[in-house]
Amino acid sequence: MTGTPKYGRAFVFGDNIDTDILAPGSLMKLSPEALATHCLEAIDPSFAGAVRSGDLLVAGTNFGLGSSREQAAVSLKILGIKAVLATSFARIFWRNAINLGLPALVFPQAREIASGDQLALDTASGRIENLTRSRSYEIQPLPDHLLQMIADGGLIAHLQRRFQGTAA
Amino acid sequence: MDLSSPVLAMTLVEKVIARAAGREAVRPGEIVTAKVDFAFAHDSSGPRRWRPYLEQLGVGIWDPSKVALVSDHYVPAVDAESAAILSDARAFAREYGVGAFFDMIGICHLVLPEHGLIRPGDFIAGGDSHTPMAGAFGTYAAGYGATDMAAIVATGETWLSVPQTVRVEWSGAFQVGVVAKDIMLFLCRELGLDNAFAAIEYGGAAVDAMSMPERMVLANMAAELGFETGVVAPDQITFDYLAARGHPVDDEAVAMALESDPACTYRAVHHFDATTLVPQIARPHAPDNVIAADVLSDVVIDQAYIGACVGAKLSDLRMAAEVLQGRKVAPSVRLLIAPASSATTEQAAREGILTTLLEAGAILLPSGCGACAGMGAGLLAAGEVCISSTNRNFRGRMGHKDARVYLGSPYSVAAAAVAGRIVDPRPMLAQPGIAT
Repeated sequence: MTGTPKYGRAFVFGDNIDTDILAPGSLMKLSPEALATHCLEAIDPSFAGAVRSGDLLVAGTNFGLGSSREQAAVSLKILGIKAVLATSFARIFWRNAINLGLPALVFPQAREIASGDQLALDTASGRIENLTRSRSYEIQPLPDHLLQMIADGGLIAHLQRRFQGTAA
Repeated sequence: MDLSSPVLAMTLVEKVIARAAGREAVRPGEIVTAKVDFAFAHDSSGPRRWRPYLEQLGVGIWDPSKVALVSDHYVPAVDAESAAILSDARAFAREYGVGAFFDMIGICHLVLPEHGLIRPGDFIAGGDSHTPMAGAFGTYAAGYGATDMAAIVATGETWLSVPQTVRVEWSGAFQVGVVAKDIMLFLCRELGLDNAFAAIEYGGAAVDAMSMPERMVLANMAAELGFETGVVAPDQITFDYLAARGHPVDDEAVAMALESDPACTYRAVHHFDATTLVPQIARPHAPDNVIAADVLSDVVIDQAYIGACVGAKLSDLRMAAEVLQGRKVAPSVRLLIAPASSATTEQAAREGILTTLLEAGAILLPSGCGACAGMGAGLLAAGEVCISSTNRNFRGRMGHKDARVYLGSPYSVAAAAVAGRIVDPRPMLAQPGIAT
């Protein structure tokens, strides 16, 4: 299966980016939009201001460890991040992202990407091109049922289709 | 079924998933749909996130008798926003006929077992990352985000890839002053935090001898290790806990049979000796940054915090009282104690533990997730140092991003509160304070 590639700049972070860095607990009463402006602030105060719609987040191991708070993935989505590519993911964050229609893909060679590199990602086939460094990678695509969920616009939209299908 | 056959031999986790998926057997890596036996959430992750989704889908809760809500994050309300979140939770529980709603009586992970709602063998979905705490009762209990949970309460099912199981055996017996929390901090260092899409099972003589509250610590902090669930096989201690709360298991033999089959396949088996374990401390800013307590005596503290699902059960308050009996909190330190449930506070009062804690200078806070979740009383300023009986010390979790949080057992937290710095609690336990 192939789709339309996503093109964007890479924002690169290291290992063990936790949910308190992505969505600080003490700010959880803020609106999602306001909370998103604090995303990753503890380690990179410029991130929320610099990121643009279409950019891709690249990180090391155990991305999203910690809380089940979905605001961690919501904040990245609000800021315009189109996919997260990491060496490995914490389970709840990984499910949350995909449920919201934000592809989260295991990318073993994530360390070869530098901040600012221009990437092209085909989520369906698992092909990543680093246009800045003229390198390409084939990674394990998501299972078909999750690709379908993302194509439907996330878990709730996917369920809505299923319920309507049942009713019809 | 021939349980000695490697074809059908399964781990405890695989048995629970197989039954929930309506299958005779499952194997790691298989993607299955499981029917959920019990689902729960709290005021932060539940109603305020579920309601718009359920309205969009035009459905109610699939089976309200299998769903519980617990208000524990924004309690008690400290401003109009938190009051509105709680008000919405109460209205939701009424409108959707939620089977069990526990309002402001403690933290979900403790309140649910206190009410006999965690049943051995169940497949449990919880809207909180510390849901694995229920695995102490031999359940598959995993945490989910709000969208996953909304789908679960709408349909009663969820998908999963069957996890591999890692077994950890603790032989021997603990030294005085060393407890389950020290095991978990030690394991964070040994196994790391990156264990997603696998389960952990605890066993061995030291685990067999543990009370349910101590087993809950093992299961709870499976979350810190990154495992999706952490389990202990049910035994007489499990059955006695449930029977004492008026909810005995239906069939003890069925619950006993949940134990992993001898011919099952583990991803790995690790052996450790409880006898040689010493008190452990996690340094800022991660639970795996762990070292023995006795080498941190140059760490001067501002605050000591006993709270959270993992660290403020009755057993934890008893530990603190053992240290604080006849002693005083150092003048430079504030010791805050937020019991994990109202039942905990009530029993601590009956046993005289509250008096001991208050006479030592402790400050009592309401039951709830409190400062551990970055929401309640007891947050930290920039540059402040705290030792805490909670389970996470990520940067910014308990207040300012430049606060420093150390994690330890309730013994270690109470001893540090007295000394004004981090110490090994064993010398204080060996030489009790003079009763006043």
